[in-house]
Amino acid sequence: MKILVCIANVPDTTAKINFTPDNKEFVSTGVTFILNPYDEIALSKAVDLTTGGGTVTVINIGDASTEPTIRKALAIGATDAVRVNSKPRDGYFVARQIAEYVKTNPFDLILCGRESSDSNGSSVPAMLAELLGIPCVLFAKRLTIEGTTATLEQEIEGGKEILSSPLPLVAGASEGMAEWKIPNMRGIMSARTKPLVVIEPIEVPQHTTVKSYDKPIPRSSVKLIAAEDAGKLFDMLRDEKKVI
Amino acid sequence: MSVLVYIENVQGKFKKSTFEVISFAAAIAQKQNLPLVALSIGDVSDEELGKAGKYGVTKVLKAVGDSLKEMNVQPYASVIAQAAKAENAKVIVLSASFSGKGIAPRVAIKLDAGLADNVIDLPVMDGPFIVKKGAFSGKAFAFVEISSDVKVISMIPNSYKVVESPGSAAITIFETQIEAKDLTVTVKETKRSTDKVSLPDAELVVSAGRGMKGPENWGMIEELANTLGAATACSKPVSDAGWRPHSEHVGQTGIAISPNLYIAIGISGAIQHLAGVSSSKVIVVVNKDPEAPFFKAADYGIVGDAFEIVPRLVEAAKAFKSSQNG
Ligand SMILES: Cc1cc2nc3c(=O)[nH]c(=O)nc-3n(C[C@H](O)[C@H](O)[C@H](O)COP(=O)(O)OP(=O)(O)OC[C@H]3O[C@@H](n4cnc5c(N)ncnc54)[C@H](O)[C@@H]3O)c2cc1C
Repeated sequence: MKILVCIANVPDTTAKINFTPDNKEFVSTGVTFILNPYDEIALSKAVDLTTGGGTVTVINIGDASTEPTIRKALAIGATDAVRVNSKPRDGYFVARQIAEYVKTNPFDLILCGRESSDSNGSSVPAMLAELLGIPCVLFAKRLTIEGTTATLEQEIEGGKEILSSPLPLVAGASEGMAEWKIPNMRGIMSARTKPLVVIEPIEVPQHTTVKSYDKPIPRSSVKLIAAEDAGKLFDMLRDEKKVI
Repeated sequence: MSVLVYIENVQGKFKKSTFEVISFAAAIAQKQNLPLVALSIGDVSDEELGKAGKYGVTKVLKAVGDSLKEMNVQPYASVIAQAAKAENAKVIVLSASFSGKGIAPRVAIKLDAGLADNVIDLPVMDGPFIVKKGAFSGKAFAFVEISSDVKVISMIPNSYKVVESPGSAAITIFETQIEAKDLTVTVKETKRSTDKVSLPDAELVVSAGRGMKGPENWGMIEELANTLGAATACSKPVSDAGWRPHSEHVGQTGIAISPNLYIAIGISGAIQHLAGVSSSKVIVVVNKDPEAPFFKAADYGIVGDAFEIVPRLVEAAKAFKSSQNG
């Protein structure tokens, strides 16, 4: 089985987020970048699915600065990697680049994380599937494959559903699909020599542009309620905040 | 020209988030001087559909058919795109629910439209069309311009209030064309817990962490939630350990929520946890450690042992509810 995993390079989950004084750009100096946590689940699943045979290719849309993250993916167990040499402008741009690659390099299964932790968008998997004319299951918590059929468990409003889909298919990985894998020494060593191909992006019209950023207003300091007065909480929530 | 809103139903009924999204779309339509058309897919009674009229919809399109009985992303996205073309819709609005998140990107591709997902406030429409959305996992907001002629927007539940406006809606059948290639995915089974409030839509959430020591102690958490009519949530280690289902896990790698009230019990307030809950309107933290980082992100704090405080809160919540009803 041939699997493609789409990976994003995102600020570390504990990173402080800062913008330029005009609020137009994210300041990345001093920020550690990591493999998007959901994408790491997707990759771990792909590695599990190919233990008995098959390949896992990772694809990233990014400039040269994302290569440490790509090498990490190779260390976790990907077979080879492709980098489309451009900053990821928006979800549509990313989906078009991946679709372009897949049209000439078909896969049985494409796995993505269900969301990226920087743009908090979840548009890439479904856009990609639409461009390729194949199904997408975005909130997949479980995935098993038998022959050319995938069975998935997906989160829905107030519950879950079990779906059956033919391959090829795009699936968005959620918590629970696989255990996070930690690269071992052999993985790290071999990652250095695994193939990483760099290709140039195709032209894509731009429909959306980030104009500026802003930070939430910090909460005013906490109001402490003594343990013995805990019962007064609900009256306070009604009178002071009107939330109940 | 029009604004089209997709009105999602769960088992034939509209949820509060559907009326939020209609109110949100109505505000956009009014600002753009366009009529608001709603599209419903699947089996919904005319009585239920008529409710859309109370929030500013003038026309409801009803798409029904054997292949549309169960929510299924591909045929639903096709029907929405067909309706958008038929109504010459300039803005298409959906809820950023689980199904909406799967459908909206497909609709955007079909219509060659720009997509803004997870929008949290009314767009600015004087001049460029600019939407506000969350970014960097709750640590920032991004203002995004959509410059395409047709625009698709998905709105986060609980981020816009339900606004009634006088009027009524005419209901008409919308004829659809479903192609076989859209029907390759089959739903084999659906499991819904009807007795519980669904977490992404919940206005009130009671959440607990590793401080609860073990799954056997969740009885009081559930009792508090049930008394308040709240949904239950948990931190990541709790669902990792199998104390609670993964569907309750909130945070950066779980569900992001923005309820009116979030009560966190025995949760330390790690940055990855805060990422999913910091847009809650009011946060209450119960923790025995006065140095717990969560207190810095809270509106109300109670320092104390959960095993003493929670039973007290349950009693108080019961008294509060009965005084409200009485
Ligand atoms: C990439 C990544 C992604 C992550 N994503 C998430 C995520 O989405 N969601 C998430 O929640 N975490 C996430 N985490 C984990 C996160 O960093 C924390 O480890 C986790 O949130 C801690 O859970 P907790 O607060 O329940 O447990 P702990 O940190 O162990 O805290 C327990 C708290 O309970 C208090 N306590 C103990 N006993 C009592 C008592 N009797 N009464 C009252 N209080 C008591 C303690 O003082 C303590 O503050 C992620 C981590 C990483 C690295």
